[in-house]
Formats: sequence, structure tokens, C-alpha cells
Amino acid sequence: MKFAVLRFPGSNCDQDAYFAALNVLRQPVEYVWHESTDLAGADCVIIPGGFSYGDYLRCGAVAALSPVMGAVRRFAASGGLVIGICNGFQILCESGLLPGVLLRNRGLRFICRHVHLRLENSATPFTRAGREGDVLRIPIAHGEGNYFADEATLRELEEAGRVILRYCGPGGEVEDRHNPNGAANNIAGIVNREGNVAGMMPHPERACEPLLGSEDGLVILNSILGGSA
Amino acid sequence: MPRKARIYVTLKPTLLDAQGRVVQQALTNIGFEGVRDVRIGKYIEMDLDDAAASEETVREMCAKLLANPVVEDYRFEVEGA
Repeated sequence: MKFAVLRFPGSNCDQDAYFAALNVLRQPVEYVWHESTDLAGADCVIIPGGFSYGDYLRCGAVAALSPVMGAVRRFAASGGLVIGICNGFQILCESGLLPGVLLRNRGLRFICRHVHLRLENSATPFTRAGREGDVLRIPIAHGEGNYFADEATLRELEEAGRVILRYCGPGGEVEDRHNPNGAANNIAGIVNREGNVAGMMPHPERACEPLLGSEDGLVILNSILGGSA
Repeated sequence: MPRKARIYVTLKPTLLDAQGRVVQQALTNIGFEGVRDVRIGKYIEMDLDDAAASEETVREMCAKLLANPVVEDYRFEVEGA
């Protein structure tokens, strides 16, 4: 499986995503610059974390209008796998490929720490290596991760099983006290209606080797590959 | 002669403005009484050539980029339009 890692001015998790694809998943991977409209023949596009365009205006707003996102839109429409991590999630929301928006954390602080996540739906290309109810320990690092959508959208996401990850306690308790940023329904990750575009605030690429303190991100990464964890 | 457009982008009234709440608290803390609610938005000013200085164009700018309709409202004025 070939991966493309998008690069915007201000991306800063691009090298981690590239490393995870190449050295952990052992798959071919290529960087794609934001001005390109050619996704290098990739089977999966990773939109990495960072601060594209300095988070100017709103995080992800300017990146969402870049030439490469036109190509991503076409790629997604044809069924290609797209995963946006952190700023990548923000970009997908701003581009309309995923519903909702990521607002400022309710505590107004940038949060950088490991959190627990409950896997909510294992029937997606991004979670199929896990089981519903699995608790993953993966780091977050964001100032704007407070997922918001109107009531109708939230209902639609919930009813269709499109929430794939939720902030929870170590035992899988989905409670407000385990919600780091105020996200609606403790939502940490969602997929689109077709299930081929995912966005998540936590960083699986930062939890993919023992040296990193957790390998739980492999559940996500191996899922994309289609294999078992 | 370029014409000014002034655009105000605000968080929808139904949304909690955490930043505004902190500023309200800070104003109260330094002795300003009676500050009930603070909401923080963005002010965007631009100089437009005549060809671009229409309400229609500025509205399109707001819809496509300057505001996110999921959480923000906008209003604007265009000089001479």
C-alpha cells in the first residue's frame, strides 16, 4: 500500500507520519507538497499534524483551499482512504470532507499528553484491527481540539456509528472528567458517511514503537493496511 | 482609489466563548463592575479595487474563507456600495 503524506507550510508531524509508514508499516511513502495536484499514486493520503499556514484565520482554513486539497477531494470521492491527524482533522473539517469544526479547547490551553481513547466502531478501514470497547493510549497535542457540530449532525454521527474514537478513562469510562478539551460527546475521531475519510485529534504516529511509550497507535495504522494489529 | 471593506466575524451567540469568559473575569478582577458578557470576534479590513468592491463579492469571500458558517456569523460594510 502506498502512502502520501501532505506537506503544508507549517506542517510539523509530516516526518513522523512518513517514518511510521516507511519504518513501522514498511510501506512505500512519498511527501506531497501543498501546491501539487498529483497524489503520487497513493492508496492512502495522510494529512499530518502541525500548524498549516500558521493557523492564520482559523486552523486548517487556508490549507483547506490549497491545490492539493482539490486532488484529495477527488481522491476521496473515488473511494481513496484519507486520514487527517490533528491539524489534518481540522483541515478536513474546514474543507467540508468531514462535518463539524474543532474549536479552542474549553480550558484555553494547549494540551500535550497521553489520553485514553475508547474504540467505538471497529467496522471502518481505520479501526478494523481493533475491537469495539478497546482502550487505546495515544498522545494528543493541540490547542483546538474541541469538536463541535450542530445537534442534527451529532445525532447523525452517533446513529450511523461514525464516531470511531472517544476520550475516556483508563477503564474505558466515557465521562466528562476524561474529556480533555470539551469535545461534544467526548468525540476524538470520526469518519465520513462513506467511511473512507477519517479525522482524529490524537496522534497514532506518536504511539507506534515501544520507545515512544505506547504502541496503541498501531491499531489505527495497521487497520489502514488492512491487516490485524 | 481603493475602497474599504470592513468585516466583522463573530462566534454564533449560542456558542460558549471561553476566551470571552476569561476576559470578562479579568475585567471584573481589576475592578470593572457590571461586565455581564464578553464575546470576542475578528475584525478584517481590506482595500478593494472598484471591481471587487461589491457586497456580493465580499459576501462570497466571507462564505468561502473568512467565516466558518458552522460556528461563526459575519456582517460587513463596503464603502460606497
